[in-house]
Amino acid sequence: MSLKINPNNFIWSIVNLLRKAEIELPEDVKSALIRAETIEENQVAKSQLQAILKNIELAKNHGIPMCQDTGIMIFFVELGTKFHPGFDLEVAIREAVILATAEIPLRPNAVNPLTRQNSGDNTGIGIPDINWKLVPGNQLKITAAPKGAGSENMSALHMFNPKEIENIPNFVLETVVNAGGMPCPPLTIGVGIGGSFDAAARLAKEALLEPLDTPMNRLEIKILEAVNALGIGCMGLGGSTTALAVHVKTAYCHTASLPVAINIQCWANRHASVVFGGEE
Amino acid sequence: MEYHLHTPLKKRDIKKLNSGDIVYISGEVLTARDEAHSRILEMDEKGEKLPFSLKGAAIYHCGPLMQQTENGWKVISAGPTTSDRMSKTTHSLLKAHDVLVIIGKGGMKGIASELKDRCVYLAYTGGCAALASKLIQEVKTVHWLDLGMPEAVWVLRVEEFGPLIVGIDSNDNDIFEKVREKAEKVLKNLRR
Repeated sequence: MSLKINPNNFIWSIVNLLRKAEIELPEDVKSALIRAETIEENQVAKSQLQAILKNIELAKNHGIPMCQDTGIMIFFVELGTKFHPGFDLEVAIREAVILATAEIPLRPNAVNPLTRQNSGDNTGIGIPDINWKLVPGNQLKITAAPKGAGSENMSALHMFNPKEIENIPNFVLETVVNAGGMPCPPLTIGVGIGGSFDAAARLAKEALLEPLDTPMNRLEIKILEAVNALGIGCMGLGGSTTALAVHVKTAYCHTASLPVAINIQCWANRHASVVFGGEE
Repeated sequence: MEYHLHTPLKKRDIKKLNSGDIVYISGEVLTARDEAHSRILEMDEKGEKLPFSLKGAAIYHCGPLMQQTENGWKVISAGPTTSDRMSKTTHSLLKAHDVLVIIGKGGMKGIASELKDRCVYLAYTGGCAALASKLIQEVKTVHWLDLGMPEAVWVLRVEEFGPLIVGIDSNDNDIFEKVREKAEKVLKNLRR
């Protein structure tokens, strides 16, 4: 079976997907921020959370990106094995990024890593960063997750000795303390445990996409409670909510390895998804 | 306390500010981040004159999202960037220029003693770029656009820009440092 979609319509769907991700926070993230503001007793932190909530409303009502760091363009694509678009999806996504940069607009953030020359359109070698996954079925699901540098820069990876499992929560805490107010807390913390050097980092990033109201397991709750006991608070100015959620994803790893990656996400946990196809 | 300041700023304007105070600024602010700081220092070293004045200036650590229209540049989104990336270059910058206010987010490690009696660090809520853009009335001019949109120096006219929290005052009080010290203590106790 072949599901044809019009490449032009597809490109505009991706532009609109990026627009949605940049302008409107997912409801679960917004709810978590409202809850943080409600329970906050530190007046400075409360003022910061109120500014965030006001900013979210303004961005949505005026249709402008909530943060000037519109991020680098990261996509997670789940391609059904029975979904045949009939055109090059990667080329189309790249075109959509260029179009979105001019239309929304987005800040041109993509630079050559060494010359620091800005391409001007948010594309370059390896950017947009598109992660492909083949899945059964006849659907195509695309998630856009633009990632800002402030929080990404505070992320960390460590290759543990397999005998050091109990040090994993401490590694998260050290990373959060070291980051302080720099990654714009309240944070979402994605932890990838296992896999390999690079797979752990990818797990950590995928963990950031988990809805914030997903029930946390014991390890996640333990880490979250310890993080919030640090008192770093909103924007590092002190307060009770340093992180909104901790999500851990695991994968099997080599018997001699224990890779652990921590991907730090700012309060603006931006992502949006769109699904194509699916009908018989 | 809450203060409403207007540029050009005088030293007495900032000396009265204490960490934790809330400030709103009206007047002119200049954006400068990583690359602009580097270029300022390079030009200083060569003895060249900057195309803008930093005397009594308010520097905003911001890489705005701008759009060019028929009527010039329009601010779309313009929140603060992580200030600590500029900590190192700010040491040198303050030696050569009488900057009175630095606006940014996340604090600047090890800078409080440098700011003493000469400058304050004001924290603007990170990520609140839509909010900030509504308080920017005009893009007066832009310098060094060759550095790219985020890294260029944008001269902005702002109105009641804030709320800004005095993160580091001119008396060596640093809220971020205090919070960090407390967090490190908690972490140390957990390790026991």
